[in-house]
Amino acid sequence: PHPTSLHSLQDIRNTVGNIPMEWYQDFPHIGYNLDGKKIYKPIRSKDELDMFLEKMENPDYWRTVQDKMTGADIKLTDEQVELVHRLQKGQFGDVHFNPYEPAVDFFTHEVMIHPVTNRPADKRSFIPSLIEKEKVSKLVHAIKMGWIKPRKPKDDTPTYYDLWAHEDPNSILGRHKMHVPAPKMKLPGHEESYNPPPEYLLSEEERLAWEQQDAAERKLNFVPQQFRCLRAVPAYARFIHERFERCLDLYLCPRQRKMRVNVDPEDLIPKLPKPRDLQPFPTSQALVYRGHTSLVRCLSISPSGQWLVSGSDDGTVRFWEVCTARCMKTLPVGGVVKSVAWNPNPTICLVAVCVEQSVLLINPCLGDKLLYAATDQLLEAYAAPEEERVQPVRWAPASPEEHTRGIRLLVHHDKAVKQVTWHGKGDYFASVVADSGNRQVLIHQSSKRWSQSPFRKSRGLVQRVLFHPLRPYFFVATQRYVRVYNLLKQELTKKLMTNCKWVSSMAVHPAGDNIICGSYDSKLAWFDLDLSTRPYQLLR
Amino acid sequence: AVTRRLCILKGIYPHEPKHKKKVNKGSTAPRTFYLLKDIKFLLHEPIVNKFREYKVFVRKLRKAYGKGEWGTVDRLKDNKPTYKLDHIVKERYPTFIDALRDLDDALSMCFLFSTFPRTGKCHVQTIQLCRRLAVEFLNYVIASRSLRKVFLSIKGIYYQAEVMGQPITWITPYAFAHDHPTDVDYRVMATFTEFYTTLLGFVNFRLYHSLNLLYPPKIDGQADVEMKPAEGKEYAMDSESYLEKLSALSASLARVVATTPEDEVEMDEFPVEGETAEQMDSRKKEQEALEKHKNLFEGLRFFLNREVPREPLAFVIRCFGGQVSWDKSLCIGATYDVSDPSITHQIVDRPRVQQQVVGRYYLQPQWVFDSVNAKLCLPVADYFPGVLLPPHLSPFVTEQEGDYIPPEKLKLLAMQRGENPGDEESEEEEEEEEEEEEEDDNNKEEEEEEDESEKEEEVKLKKIEEQKTQSNKALPVKVTAGKLRLEDKQRLEQEQQSEEKRLAIMMMKKREKYLYKKIMFGKKRKVREANKLAAKRKAHDTAVKEEKKKSKKARRA
Repeated sequence: PHPTSLHSLQDIRNTVGNIPMEWYQDFPHIGYNLDGKKIYKPIRSKDELDMFLEKMENPDYWRTVQDKMTGADIKLTDEQVELVHRLQKGQFGDVHFNPYEPAVDFFTHEVMIHPVTNRPADKRSFIPSLIEKEKVSKLVHAIKMGWIKPRKPKDDTPTYYDLWAHEDPNSILGRHKMHVPAPKMKLPGHEESYNPPPEYLLSEEERLAWEQQDAAERKLNFVPQQFRCLRAVPAYARFIHERFERCLDLYLCPRQRKMRVNVDPEDLIPKLPKPRDLQPFPTSQALVYRGHTSLVRCLSISPSGQWLVSGSDDGTVRFWEVCTARCMKTLPVGGVVKSVAWNPNPTICLVAVCVEQSVLLINPCLGDKLLYAATDQLLEAYAAPEEERVQPVRWAPASPEEHTRGIRLLVHHDKAVKQVTWHGKGDYFASVVADSGNRQVLIHQSSKRWSQSPFRKSRGLVQRVLFHPLRPYFFVATQRYVRVYNLLKQELTKKLMTNCKWVSSMAVHPAGDNIICGSYDSKLAWFDLDLSTRPYQLLR
Repeated sequence: AVTRRLCILKGIYPHEPKHKKKVNKGSTAPRTFYLLKDIKFLLHEPIVNKFREYKVFVRKLRKAYGKGEWGTVDRLKDNKPTYKLDHIVKERYPTFIDALRDLDDALSMCFLFSTFPRTGKCHVQTIQLCRRLAVEFLNYVIASRSLRKVFLSIKGIYYQAEVMGQPITWITPYAFAHDHPTDVDYRVMATFTEFYTTLLGFVNFRLYHSLNLLYPPKIDGQADVEMKPAEGKEYAMDSESYLEKLSALSASLARVVATTPEDEVEMDEFPVEGETAEQMDSRKKEQEALEKHKNLFEGLRFFLNREVPREPLAFVIRCFGGQVSWDKSLCIGATYDVSDPSITHQIVDRPRVQQQVVGRYYLQPQWVFDSVNAKLCLPVADYFPGVLLPPHLSPFVTEQEGDYIPPEKLKLLAMQRGENPGDEESEEEEEEEEEEEEEDDNNKEEEEEEDESEKEEEVKLKKIEEQKTQSNKALPVKVTAGKLRLEDKQRLEQEQQSEEKRLAIMMMKKREKYLYKKIMFGKKRKVREANKLAAKRKAHDTAVKEEKKKSKKARRA
């Protein structure tokens, strides 16, 4: 035999033990000998060609096998080859084993007349079994009690049949009318296509924005994508999610019928009259009245419409002609002018001016000479009453020097006066004092030089007062309300709610049934006295 | 859980109370509210008892298993309580039309479930039932030719059929294995499916009977005979292979009463009173168009290559009267071979075809879907294999006034009206070949879309430019022409009008103003979006054109 195999046969001892040999597959050796040296595998660097040559040349090639333990080639002996052949055929390995030995009949099938054993029969083979009886009685009891039911008969009605064969309108439940069918899912648009027009694809920044958006806020719940061909389209990862969400919507979302507003927005715009139809109204600045050197606080127009009086912080009152803007007169009054009011009676030429603590009655001596002379006469016709009455204010006639300037009467109050206003007839006037007591409002009669305080109780800071132009009513505006007093009956008739924070001014229509209140919070409350105590309209 | 199932089955949904705070005892925490009436209604449901029985059954079964009493287990299993949902279907949908109206979700769900793997997640029987019902429905749609629209989206394929005047839309996923999500409650879905399968079964029964078809469906006799020798098996009725044959969608169904093919009788006309001749005419025209649409692929023979999705294509083609076949090894039910010379269209989805047979078109699958949506057989040139496909548009979008319409849609609409945009295109191509300055029809279209105001502005800008150029010419001479201040009367008038409008809006009531502003905001947003799309398209088109020119130059150089 082969020298190498002989050598390996001599000292073959499995030094590695019973381990999977593939552990040594990549090494040139298998295990170690007693000296600790590697036991090398025989060199087998045969390539295909070598193998082929060996196969052709070696006559024993067919009986050569590789020993996995040592890696060496072993030539099988004839006996071994024989054994292999036998095993391949499915025969026994041992040549001498006969599988077909004659059978020995140990236990015959024939019935013998004598028993094999001498044991007598058990008692239990004669009497009924108690255990079985117990079992049976249990079952019987269970059946009696209905615990065990007989097998159900197979029901062979078809699963599907014509359910709507008899559509009976009467059998529809009443609740069906109330039923709100679930809205259908939105149909897909162009952007959902697998090959959408290019404009529907998201640009880079749109994509980023989409990713950063909250999932609930996104307009599209997917990113539009383009695929070259149908073959390239992948499965949609969120398909099951979407179906599931639809299921949740169907059974968890409250349903409600909502009327969709279907209006043309143009119909909502109110039809206003054209500004052109509302003319004439001033469209451009026509005149400027120059002369005051400081803030102009107040102005008033004479009932004839010819004259204008203005009061200013520079301590003067100026009289102007309206249509020419000419200053007719300048009257220094020695203090800030808070309010001016021209007597509304056209037969009287008189102006009331508030200067600090006093109200001056001035005859401007403008216009018809007869008129203003008559006014002077009217004022001078006053005869002092016999007994002095207690008055809240002090009336004083003007000094001669003041008289030449036009001042006719002075009404001295004990506090600063805020506002003065005339009654329509031109005899009475009212003044407002900056105070917090009940004497904020005073009503004066110029012909009798007589004043009185109409209110017994203070109702808050009075801002403005006004006389009704026709009827005996008196309007008092406090911070938030306008009170309407009847002067004849001397009682409160109405209390108007302005809905403003702080009323600043008030005006009444010449016919007397409409009032407008301005306020510091830039609102305008318009009351119609015939309607309600709330503003007819609140303009901003 | 029982309540949830009941709510799903009976279709009970929560209500939004009028005074949420009052109902919620002063708290504003989000809660769902059901009507007391609804809950009482649920209590009367006989199925509640069945649920209880089932619960008891499960308990007993578990006990028997625990004790190892196998006989008891068998007995219990034999007597497993069952319940039926027939009466609930009838109660929820008292008329058949009601049921059809609500079929969308049922179909989508069944199609989804029928694609699930036969293991895990839910019962195999459910999946098989879903598959059966879905296939039955598809067969009905083919038999009645009621498919109207198809849309290939990235989510799946949308179909819309019109059954008894009701549009029914459903979506099927692409045929891939599902990546089953973990955050989905399959029990809820299974409960829905339970109801939907019952509903769909009854609907299918009724639909089949309305067409005089047998239910459960049977394949038409002669087709059956044709198929049998290939299969070599008998008694295929109950086995799954029969279902497979059905799902091949290639054979027509057996009818209860055999119809003679020459049965086309002119429909009698019943003039409805109060209907003018014009209306009648338009109706008749509509009818004719519909009939034409139904027979779109009549007489065409298709062959599907193995890489195209077989089921949707076979379904669509058969729905419009075409004949279809595929490779024998791909699926059961192939009726003819690739080599058949009578094939007119072969659907391919690969960049190029090696061996082309003369006498048939090789087309990409999109052609079928686009043709169906366009209601006419589109020109095939755009759909050859390897060609860059035209965009696939959604048939569900109907553009209203002011919406953005993609140019492809405009082209399609023109084609539907009977105009031939082909000439224009060829002209365009010629122009490009001659490399003349582009005057594209796309540009024209987009200009049309732009707002009137923009147009005006453009005109104005042009005028100004003209003036500028004139003044530039006049520069060398020191005398400059006095500028003519044109009082633009129109513009003044417009300004005035807008001012008036502004004033009027100021006078609106608060609520109306809010509404008005909301509407106007929505409108503006719409316009903005449309403009954005148009601009994007323009940019894209110019980019493409540049690219083309460059490549052409490169080729010349």
